[in-house]
Amino acid sequence: MRPLGDGAKAPDFTLEGSTEEPVTLSKVLQGTPFVVLAFFPAAFSSVCTDELNVLQETHDEFQRLGARLIAISVDGKWTQRAFAEQNGITFPVLSDFHPKGAVAQKYGVMREDGTAERALFIIDSDRVVRYSFVSEPAKNPGVDRLLERLEELQAERK
Amino acid sequence: MLKQPVSDRDWARGPADAPVTLVEFADYECKDCRASYPVVERVVQSYGDRVRFVFRPFPVVSKHPHAQQAALAAEAAGRQGRFWDMHRRLYEAGGALGDDDLIRYAEQTGLDVDRLRRDMQDEELARRIHEVKLMGVRSGVSGTPTLFINGRRYEGKTAPVQEDELRAAIEDALREVSSA
Repeated sequence: MRPLGDGAKAPDFTLEGSTEEPVTLSKVLQGTPFVVLAFFPAAFSSVCTDELNVLQETHDEFQRLGARLIAISVDGKWTQRAFAEQNGITFPVLSDFHPKGAVAQKYGVMREDGTAERALFIIDSDRVVRYSFVSEPAKNPGVDRLLERLEELQAERK
Repeated sequence: MLKQPVSDRDWARGPADAPVTLVEFADYECKDCRASYPVVERVVQSYGDRVRFVFRPFPVVSKHPHAQQAALAAEAAGRQGRFWDMHRRLYEAGGALGDDDLIRYAEQTGLDVDRLRRDMQDEELARRIHEVKLMGVRSGVSGTPTLFINGRRYEGKTAPVQEDELRAAIEDALREVSSA
């Protein structure tokens, strides 16, 4: 399965998770130039926790660059709530639980083993993919490339 | 790659012209950082003047409620010329990093506690820590601890750092420098 690449239309979705209300991608995009989607394999695993912690630590920087963060895994809603709470994650951590991995499937990042890839996407306000990256499952991709790409995209908008 | 070179604003130990510079981004409240501390110390000390060690604070404040205060305490101790003493004390605290603990460690370290308290409130220090963190993520810091050897990200295990792997990476860097 190939992940959606640059220029692909990003499938819309509505998912529940750590937030009070379900989150719909197209609605989020009405209020922000970019959304960063971070698919991750499993809540509470050490690499995923580090990855989301670093996203949280740089949350302000993403906001400054016009991007809202959304994380997604196949874990259930209550798991996402506990995971977000324990790690002080304030952006939505969504549950692609039923039908399992349906959203990850549409983005081409569902793995044979039933978890999502560790994948990053930047989606613009036309709901077009502007950056996609799939990391090795055990490797935390960090956020440096995401921030660089957002800066380029910001510059293009001006 | 490490985007921001080591400067005189960094906390550094060892000669500036050492063939190898090891930069660590870490959080005093992070278990893996704490577990890595004695390993990194042992390895760095064993290389003497051949390795310069640089510490950059990366408090993961969303997860660790005391990490920011601890980082500030170390920076503030630095203003009294005692960064490394406080650094060691914070790591050896085994995670007890409440405000009262920090003051106690400062007393035990022989610091001017009133001054430390004042300096910890100084926004300049908080700004500096924030800057260092942003520089860190720009360089690819993706969790703590993250190490760079001569500007290149260390790819060995960091949960915690393994002595043999770190030594091997430093040896590689030394070889690279001597053959350049």
